[in-house]
Amino acid sequence: MNNYFERRYVIAGIFIAFVLILLARLFYIQVVDDRYFLYAQNNVIRRLIQYPARGPILDRNGKIMVQNEPVYDIMVVPKQVKPFDTLEFCKLLDIDKDGFDKRMIKARKYSPYRSSVFEKQITAQQYASFMERLSEFPGFDAIQRPIRTYPDSTAAQFLGYIGEATDAIIKRSKGYYSPGDYVGITGVEKSYESVLRGQRGVRNMLYDSHNVPKGIYANGAYDTAAVAGERLISSLDTKIQKLGEKLMQNKVGSIVAIEPSTGEILCFVSSPTYDPNLLVGKQRGHNAGILYKDPYKPFFVRPIQAYYPPGSSFKPLSALIAMQEGIITPQTIYHCPGYYIAGNRRVKCFHGEVHGDVNLARAVAESCNGYFFMVFERLVNRMGGGRKTDTAFNYWRDNVAKFGLGHRLDLDLPAENRGNLPKAGYYDKVYGRNGWRSSTVISLGIGQGELLATPLQLANIEATIANHGFYYKPHLIKSIGNERVIRNEYTEKNYVGVDSQYFEPVINGMQAVVDHGTAHDSKIPGIIMCGKTGTAEVKNKKDNSVFVAFAPRDNPKIAIAVVVENSGQGATWAAPIASFIVEQYLRGSISKRPSGIYPEYYMNANLLPEVPGSPAEKARKRADSLRRVRQDSIKKAAADTAKKQSELKAAKNKQAGNTAQSSIAMLPKRRDDE
Amino acid sequence: MMNNQRSFFFNVDWLTVLIYLALCTIGWFNIRAAVFDEAHPDIIDLSTEYGKQFIFIVTALVLGSVVLLLESRFIAALAPAFYVVTVLLLLLVLVIGRNVGGNQAWIDLGGGFRLQPSEFAKFATCLLLARYLSSTNVKVTELKSFLIAGGIIFLPMLLIKLQPDDGSTLVFCSLIFVLYREGLSVYFLVFIGLVATLFVLALLYNVWFVVAGIVVAGLLLLLLFRRSRQFSVGVLIATVACVAFVFVVKPLYFDGLKKHQRARIDEVLGLNHDKRGVGYNQNQSKIAIGSGRVWGKGYLQGTQTKYSFVPAQSTDFIFCTVGEEWGFAGSVTVLGLYLFLLLRIIHIAERQRAPFSRIYGYGVASIIFCHVIINIAMAIGYMPVIGIPLPFISYGGSSLWSFTILLFILLKLDSNRMGMNYA
Repeated sequence: MNNYFERRYVIAGIFIAFVLILLARLFYIQVVDDRYFLYAQNNVIRRLIQYPARGPILDRNGKIMVQNEPVYDIMVVPKQVKPFDTLEFCKLLDIDKDGFDKRMIKARKYSPYRSSVFEKQITAQQYASFMERLSEFPGFDAIQRPIRTYPDSTAAQFLGYIGEATDAIIKRSKGYYSPGDYVGITGVEKSYESVLRGQRGVRNMLYDSHNVPKGIYANGAYDTAAVAGERLISSLDTKIQKLGEKLMQNKVGSIVAIEPSTGEILCFVSSPTYDPNLLVGKQRGHNAGILYKDPYKPFFVRPIQAYYPPGSSFKPLSALIAMQEGIITPQTIYHCPGYYIAGNRRVKCFHGEVHGDVNLARAVAESCNGYFFMVFERLVNRMGGGRKTDTAFNYWRDNVAKFGLGHRLDLDLPAENRGNLPKAGYYDKVYGRNGWRSSTVISLGIGQGELLATPLQLANIEATIANHGFYYKPHLIKSIGNERVIRNEYTEKNYVGVDSQYFEPVINGMQAVVDHGTAHDSKIPGIIMCGKTGTAEVKNKKDNSVFVAFAPRDNPKIAIAVVVENSGQGATWAAPIASFIVEQYLRGSISKRPSGIYPEYYMNANLLPEVPGSPAEKARKRADSLRRVRQDSIKKAAADTAKKQSELKAAKNKQAGNTAQSSIAMLPKRRDDE
Repeated sequence: MMNNQRSFFFNVDWLTVLIYLALCTIGWFNIRAAVFDEAHPDIIDLSTEYGKQFIFIVTALVLGSVVLLLESRFIAALAPAFYVVTVLLLLLVLVIGRNVGGNQAWIDLGGGFRLQPSEFAKFATCLLLARYLSSTNVKVTELKSFLIAGGIIFLPMLLIKLQPDDGSTLVFCSLIFVLYREGLSVYFLVFIGLVATLFVLALLYNVWFVVAGIVVAGLLLLLLFRRSRQFSVGVLIATVACVAFVFVVKPLYFDGLKKHQRARIDEVLGLNHDKRGVGYNQNQSKIAIGSGRVWGKGYLQGTQTKYSFVPAQSTDFIFCTVGEEWGFAGSVTVLGLYLFLLLRIIHIAERQRAPFSRIYGYGVASIIFCHVIINIAMAIGYMPVIGIPLPFISYGGSSLWSFTILLFILLKLDSNRMGMNYA
């Protein structure tokens, strides 16, 4: 009927061909290629990280040292904002109209559809009144977020602080952290970051093309819940920690107290300190700036980062090693003429005192330098001196090192310092090989010279002596989590290579130090404390006052090291401070002392040394220029130095009754140099 | 009379009606998915698009029934009148039309309804073309007839191009199939295919490579099919013409097309990807379809669809919803139904005794084919974004009604195929 009838097949063929081409393509993108499925998921699903609550840190008695406190941020979704009473709103949040506009512009710039922070960290009261009227302000909302809070404002350097993750931290974490995350920057917050931070959860939320949330993806099938961080129980005792901080205020130095039977650190004072609450919240940046500029470096963790010549507090250790090596016996008598001849040098005994015939206990009690010079020389020259000095010296050094000197004790805090315990090689370099003798390095014998130790190391030596020859690794965290996990390394005894029988004579001497020796002013009625004062010389400055001790003598409960920088003799400052801590810890209160010393005097004393930029220096300069002394708090530092001697005398005479019993009525925490 | 009625009922091609109903139903469900709002899950809600579409489908069925009740001879007789009215409407829309999305294509009818004359131009043109080509003494192979037929197609095309509605304009080109079926030289099809291919090649590759390719192809043709002198000359002329065309493609492309048109073509050809700007819709559309995988995400579960990542979801990009929520299975079903419908229409057309009916049938097939291919190709990134609806599925009264009338006129003609010759 039509010439072109067969063309129907051509047309049908073309139709089929085109449909097949489309189907092939559809087969490819729908079945073969998985990318589009992922793209679609990425389009709508946002992985929202659920931040777990950071673990709290408790003290050894279960008192909270740091926990989380909710603060409230006002959020805004600009697109949802409708006209409302701006004036009332501003009043509620305590901002002005300009501030309101600025914040709105910023939020709109970020995203008109997405929620962004309008005002950070409003107070609980503001939050309450805001929530009451929330319905009047469409587009606004308040969300809760936790910040760290420190109820006792104590142990700042121990706890450390958290801050936003830096680029370096983010890189190192291999993607775990992202910008804006908070991580521990210092202290326990840093070293226990992995347990404190908990486990982050993920919520898969659906968002439409305008970024408006549209609910939960797959009913939460792929979501994980956040697991709160573990609770840490620290070894600190808040009570003596706070007492320590009070005693050390306006001084530079440290207190470290250790429980010898466990290695748990009871008190960890780094002075000057700061209120950890300053580094939280809105004012954080401002406060951190001030603290960084503080010439006394409050961020410097002195108990583990500062090191000092141990001075005479080293002597018991010397004696122990000598006895173990058979160099001396407790009965060995040394005649002290008031000086010691080392090689061709004549070294004076402390203050030129003539001790006469001393045995070991007396040498310790009266801190006879000559005796310990003798001990040191015998140790180093035991192989005949001369070319054998190197070997013998290193042998001595290794024995000292076993007590924890010259290397890190692996405290569970970041940035511990190792102190300094030189090797023979060091002196070879300085004096040439065989260019030195025992007499050259004789000051090491009394804890001076190149020997440097952190307060932690000093306290650890006391714990070792208290234990008669071993120590547990000192640590600041007793246990982790509800199961109270204790790290294995903290339950292992570390022996120092001195047999226990050698300790008694030394301890006798140390008891005598407190009973009737250099530290007799610090004797605690009813408690036998064994200690050793140290007065380490510092070039061009006042001596560092050092005192180490443990108590009670039988079944010791606390070992302590106190360092007060540039303040004078060990007996004057460090020993009384240590005795208050020890008594407070053992007895729960501080009793009247026969010597008449009382804590308030030490709390109020200002011993801040002059450093460039310090208030003390400024005050002195001003006083010098005005040629008169003002009674204001700023230059109290300068005045104090002059006054303290007479005050001490007055105090002794008074023996004021008000210092007895409840003598640790705490004064409000304030630093005078602020 | 009774007998006549019954035979009429049985003569309607119910298979086609069934496919039609299936596509309308699929359309309604997918429109519902595209605009679904969990807060308003009512099935019939006149404020929603699927509520309106329901009305459109019901009225379309009424319209289809009315068409089936028409006297067949009126249809052919009224073809010129339809055509004139449509052309007038197309002129009118240029004056009083409402501009939606850059196209001045709608005439407001009030009450939220509006008319799109270009939709009705399609069947009007088909009718007049059928009427003209079925006249005695008209042969497409003759130049005069060809020009008149071309003019019938070209006039509405031009008016629609002025709106400017590129998609609908393009649809009229598909009527070339009708002319081909009626005797137009196969070289016209080859010519169109060649122009399209060279256009793409010239944009994608270095001009000289393309020229070299053409010359090699020409030589191969000459060597392999040495038929006659005439053939050789033809091939030679074609080769030269092709080479010349290749050289003008780029100037034509850059001067003749508007920036947004070029950008859309660039996007498809991969010359330039702009997934946030021009390419956004197409990219999101591809993601929607591709993410459906084999069985789809399930009805009302398409995230791309629900969360408005693809614009024009219920109209031009309705296939996204099909692809995303029903997967490849849905794609095969829908394309299968269309192919089945197209082949059925060809079958119907070929069984007509009257040339008018046959020619009209091919017109219907061509137009539906063109819509389906362009719409889906666009959704999967095989074609630049051109806004034309997917027949029977896309949301919109004008489109559904015009396709219904288009199809049901054929069914009416078919039901009377045993009757007289109307031409």
